[in-house]
Amino acid sequence: MNNKQSWIDQRFPLTKVFNEHLAEYYTPRNFNIWYFFGGLAILMLGMQLLTGIFLTMNYKPDAEYAFASVEYIMRDVEWGWFIRYLHSTGASAFFIIIYLHMMRALLYGSYKGPRELIWILGMVLYILLLAEAFFGYVLPWGQMSFWGAQVIISLFGSVPVIGPDLLVWILGDYAVGDATLNRFFSLHVVVLPLILVVLVFLHIVALHTVGSNNPDGIEIKKVKDKDGIPKDGIPFHPYFTVKDAMGAVAFLWIFCAVVFYAPALNGYFLEAPNFIEANPLKTPEHIAPLWYLTPYYSVLRAIPPLFGSQFPGVLAMFAALLVFFFLPWLDRSPVKSIRYRSPIYKWILGVFVVSFIMLGWLGVQPVTPLYVLLARIFTTLYFAFFLLMPWYSTLGKTKEVPERVTG
Amino acid sequence: MNLTLKIIVTFAALLSINSFAASKVHLDHANTDIFDEASLQNGAKLFMNYCSGCHSISFMRYNRIAKDLGLSEEQVAKNLMFAGKKTGEAITTAMPNDGASNWFGGVPPDLSLVARSKGTDWIYTYLRSFYPDESRIFGVNNKVLINASMPDVLWSLRENQSEAEFDNSVRDITNFLDYVGEPAKLIRLKLGKWVLLFLGILFILVYMLKKEYWKDVKYGVWRPRD
Repeated sequence: MNNKQSWIDQRFPLTKVFNEHLAEYYTPRNFNIWYFFGGLAILMLGMQLLTGIFLTMNYKPDAEYAFASVEYIMRDVEWGWFIRYLHSTGASAFFIIIYLHMMRALLYGSYKGPRELIWILGMVLYILLLAEAFFGYVLPWGQMSFWGAQVIISLFGSVPVIGPDLLVWILGDYAVGDATLNRFFSLHVVVLPLILVVLVFLHIVALHTVGSNNPDGIEIKKVKDKDGIPKDGIPFHPYFTVKDAMGAVAFLWIFCAVVFYAPALNGYFLEAPNFIEANPLKTPEHIAPLWYLTPYYSVLRAIPPLFGSQFPGVLAMFAALLVFFFLPWLDRSPVKSIRYRSPIYKWILGVFVVSFIMLGWLGVQPVTPLYVLLARIFTTLYFAFFLLMPWYSTLGKTKEVPERVTG
Repeated sequence: MNLTLKIIVTFAALLSINSFAASKVHLDHANTDIFDEASLQNGAKLFMNYCSGCHSISFMRYNRIAKDLGLSEEQVAKNLMFAGKKTGEAITTAMPNDGASNWFGGVPPDLSLVARSKGTDWIYTYLRSFYPDESRIFGVNNKVLINASMPDVLWSLRENQSEAEFDNSVRDITNFLDYVGEPAKLIRLKLGKWVLLFLGILFILVYMLKKEYWKDVKYGVWRPRD
């Protein structure tokens, strides 16, 4: 065994990589439940790639056959239904995990220096994942696939001057059709997964360079023992490999309960109208994107059209995503963790979370005057959280941050 | 209603997830049981006799029905297969599309996924909601799907059965369509509890493993290894 290892190590830094990233990667010992979601996100990425490979073997990216090929997977392919439900439930579960993963960063200030680059890479990953999910949702070619795509893509048509040409360039046709389906398939199974995997790698490399944050928001590297090992750090392997394995099994229990007992989850994970094949001549009564896109869809609908153009709404929607990137520089609080922040900050963060959830809920509702008003209020609160942060993050009295991790 | 009240009502509405119910008509609860084999068999018989003349269920194959409903392929071929030649075929209808468009003003939809797009309660209520309306071409209208272009095909069944018997017949058809919408439901619902049991036991083992390793951390035993 030893001989073999050295044979490889002479040619490839296997032991070095294993030590640097697992056995001698020192992780704060006070991680709580919020720290499971990074590992779980990798688990979901793996599951989506693996199930995606088998779906691709049986799916036909052709407007004529796509819908039927999905039903072929559901009925005639051995275990096809299981693979498909893992993938469709997996998409929603991935977003639940990512939203919790981002929430963790907000709670403990993980985006603050020196982790700005981890945060930026993570935000790029999040936006690409939204695109990946959107393209994937078009592929079953049901009514919601078609009309959802129609609504979202038509937004690009509102761009001044180049809008109409941009629209044709994206669609590959003058309307959503076979050409669109084919290119979305290509983007969904090759282009975006490839970029996602590379960015996840970079996200982890950046994390392992500066080290993990923790619920106390302290840099454990500041207090080291005589061997240069952080006193509050423990090796990732075996301590966090066993702990993350425990989290993964707990997560899979809930995940499988959905896959086996409620794969459509009352229309939230698989919408009922999507079991009707795409029909360009028949608009559904109510078009709503899947739940993970709806906060931004709400922002879009909240902004009134200017000179009959939806463009301001489209700009606001993209601004709602892009504003996340500036978080590390908007936050001027001297402390990272919510544990030591001022009470005023806790309230404001709470209002932001409520606003985000409410925008998501409003995004699946039909447009009524009351809902539009609510969407405008919550959109204002959403942007206020970011834009007023340089001011309010310095307000109030912070608690003293301990030198060593607690709990 | 003033604004404050409206906001309160909106938040109250949040608690009930009814946002996806497009239909405003009250739907009766179908109360079907996909594991009731006799009901599925009766539903298959009724569907093939009363519905399959016009409606295909083209994502479904005859032999799959035989396998899932506890029937032999010969039984299915003899009693249920009217339009097909081989039991491996998809269940289509013999009615030509051109004729259908002329007779009904449109091709009757394929019903493979109707239980998934409309729901079982919708099917159950729809089939029991025909009422006489002389203004319509077939002399009937429907409370659930207003101005449906479908005739009341189950009228002969209703005339020969009591109300409770008729409800049961419709329930069996609904149950069959629920099965047709997702044959894998028979597998996943049975398998699910074993998967969860396995993961439950696995969790206990992994939890104990974690506890064992983390004793080092808890009692401060851990030292960097050389």
